[in-house]
Amino acid sequence: MSLAATVVERSGLPARKLGTVFFGGGTPTLLPADDLSMILRAAIDQWGIEDGAEVTTEANPDSVTPESLAVLKEAGFTRVSFGMQSAVPHVLKVLDRTHTPSRVPQAVQWAREAGLDVSLDLIYGTPGESLADWRHSLETALSYQPDHISAYALIVEEGTKLAAQMRRGEVPGIDDDDHADKYELADQLITDAGLGWYEVSNWARGPEHACRHNLSYWRGDDWWGIGPGAHSHVGGVRWWNVKHPSAYANRLSQGLSPAAGRETLDAETRNLERVMLEARLQSGLDVSALSPAGRHQVAGLIADSLVDPAAAFRGRLVLTLKGRLLADAVVRRVLPN
Amino acid sequence: MEALLDKIVRDLPAPEGDPDAPARAMIFDSVYDTYRGVVTYVRVVDGMLHPRERIQMMSTRASHELLEIGVSSPEPTPSKGLGVGEVGYLITGVKDVRQSKVGDTVTNLAKPAAQSLPGYADAKPMVFSGLYPLDGADYPVLRDALEKLMLNDAALVYEPETSAALGFGFRVGFLGLLHLEITRERLEREYNLDLISTAPNVEYEVTLEDKKVVRVTNPSEYPTGKIAEVREPMVSATILAPNEFVGAIMELCQSRRGVMGGMDYLSEDRVEIRYRLPLAEIVFDFFDILKSKTRGYGSLDWKADGEKVADLVKVDIMLQGEQVDAFSAITHRDKAYAYGVMMTGKLRELIPRQQFEVPIQAAIGSRIIARESIRAIRKDVLAKCYGGDISRKRKLLEKQKEGKKRMKMVGTVEVPQEAFIAALTTDESKDKAKKK
Repeated sequence: MSLAATVVERSGLPARKLGTVFFGGGTPTLLPADDLSMILRAAIDQWGIEDGAEVTTEANPDSVTPESLAVLKEAGFTRVSFGMQSAVPHVLKVLDRTHTPSRVPQAVQWAREAGLDVSLDLIYGTPGESLADWRHSLETALSYQPDHISAYALIVEEGTKLAAQMRRGEVPGIDDDDHADKYELADQLITDAGLGWYEVSNWARGPEHACRHNLSYWRGDDWWGIGPGAHSHVGGVRWWNVKHPSAYANRLSQGLSPAAGRETLDAETRNLERVMLEARLQSGLDVSALSPAGRHQVAGLIADSLVDPAAAFRGRLVLTLKGRLLADAVVRRVLPN
Repeated sequence: MEALLDKIVRDLPAPEGDPDAPARAMIFDSVYDTYRGVVTYVRVVDGMLHPRERIQMMSTRASHELLEIGVSSPEPTPSKGLGVGEVGYLITGVKDVRQSKVGDTVTNLAKPAAQSLPGYADAKPMVFSGLYPLDGADYPVLRDALEKLMLNDAALVYEPETSAALGFGFRVGFLGLLHLEITRERLEREYNLDLISTAPNVEYEVTLEDKKVVRVTNPSEYPTGKIAEVREPMVSATILAPNEFVGAIMELCQSRRGVMGGMDYLSEDRVEIRYRLPLAEIVFDFFDILKSKTRGYGSLDWKADGEKVADLVKVDIMLQGEQVDAFSAITHRDKAYAYGVMMTGKLRELIPRQQFEVPIQAAIGSRIIARESIRAIRKDVLAKCYGGDISRKRKLLEKQKEGKKRMKMVGTVEVPQEAFIAALTTDESKDKAKKK
């Protein structure tokens, strides 16, 4: 953190307070709440923090208690995101998640009592998950009345146990049509429960409950990522840290930068990223960010029911439900060749 | 060795020719040398050719100066000239291989011969295939390569052709399948080209109802008007095999519209079977199947044997109503359905899903004989895209856009180049490719 502070100071960028803080990527709540609070305090001491800043931690429902959540709230945390994934035991088993589904409502209840905003993460399209299984997961999650839901289609990464099982034919492969059915069901049930989409995979109970930290990624704001494998983006430069925790620790202890690689984003690349990311938001993409050829495509996108006509008329490219499922194809169409 | 040469001198008739007549030399081969240009090999029939003379090619009337003349012994060795009966080489510094056509006559420009030598009988191509560079930018390389191959392969004929699906290429005529394979192999190896070849076909003679006759070497030239009759080239084939395979061979030939001509036992267990078959039925995979049905023992010999009227039709393949010329085929009416089902099925597997449903149809004229459809894609979005995913996602997007450039557009349908190659490749040749 002091490295980050020094770099920002020396680079001549204006001093800024923390707008959002996000503890994630794994299970931060494996650390005692006191330790998490200490880290947050150190960050606030270093940078200062804006009034009403958003401070989130990801959490495993099994690794929180009323006491630990109270400690977090006291330290300045405002939000907790539980990795619920599914309410169906056989699905959790395939995902290799160890928590007990019945602990989730309790954890949500405690967090709410501690005064924290609650988000639930769900995963759909796990091999062996039926549409009825997914409906059950959604209905269960919604019955806990979270402020926010993220629902992601399962991505099978190379090198994981699941990828190997799939290659050997032990579990069925990914079916995009199944994903599409499940996304449509999710959007319908979550919307019926009073939450609205604000990004392709995220729904919130009103704009004030949207995750501001994630929105800052999608709007190209500056952020500093701390930890092994973390990415950062400051002043048009993006870099990423070495992935292995011990390599990361070694670098820091020797006084070396933990960065493994970096890229400087030129204007064209920045525009490409802007189109790619903002098109995924409910607030949409300003059509003027597109090239003339890209703007020319908008009428065709409306004709194909991928883009909302009323929003386009106001100068914003906002995806329809069908368009959200084909967001990458839409982006390819509006970007110059 | 000496005794042999003496015997040749004594027994073989000496070349006859008039040493005082105007020079006439026949080109029997020519090759392209990177450093020296075209090297032309000739045999002098009349008169004499000298260095520094101006010579003329009698077919093209083009004239060149003889920079070097000599004999092969066996390295090229310059000489003071070539006289009657002598065999040697000519170098004129010309780079254009078309100036030295095998069978043409070379004469002296100052004292030209009145009549050219009869030359060679033109070899008649029997099998035709479209050759297209995988990368459109290689078209000029392919053109030059074909020109150079043609220099010493008089049987090779080609003409430029355009396919809506495959771009610019050539329709090339070959003596047979082996010739096709060798030529293709040489083009790929010697000229470093990646080629797509369309399914080989034969030459048809189509007579329209108004008695007009059209010769068709490419399915896309097949006339659309009222057709009186179609004649296809026939071959008489002789197959030798151990007698235990007679049944399998007859079954194969029967299924290829063959008519049996006779059968003889060459020995107790070896048999010769004679069939008259349409050439079209043996150009594609006949020999491969014969080999596999006879465990490698069967051999095939064939020669052209006239033409015959047949009930042939052209099957078109359409993507979203747009005809794809590269997949059209002329087949026997009885086999049209099987071709249609096979090709539409293959394409359904090979063409990626689009944002709309894409019907694939096989049709004879306006009658649809087979139909498949590619369902519209419903999901094309990466669900998760946070700080750590942005670079990766952008690179994926750039790669996809790059990939889009390699797509061929058929109407509004994007078809990857690989789909064309895979659809035009038989399962047999795929196996061969794997073995390499």
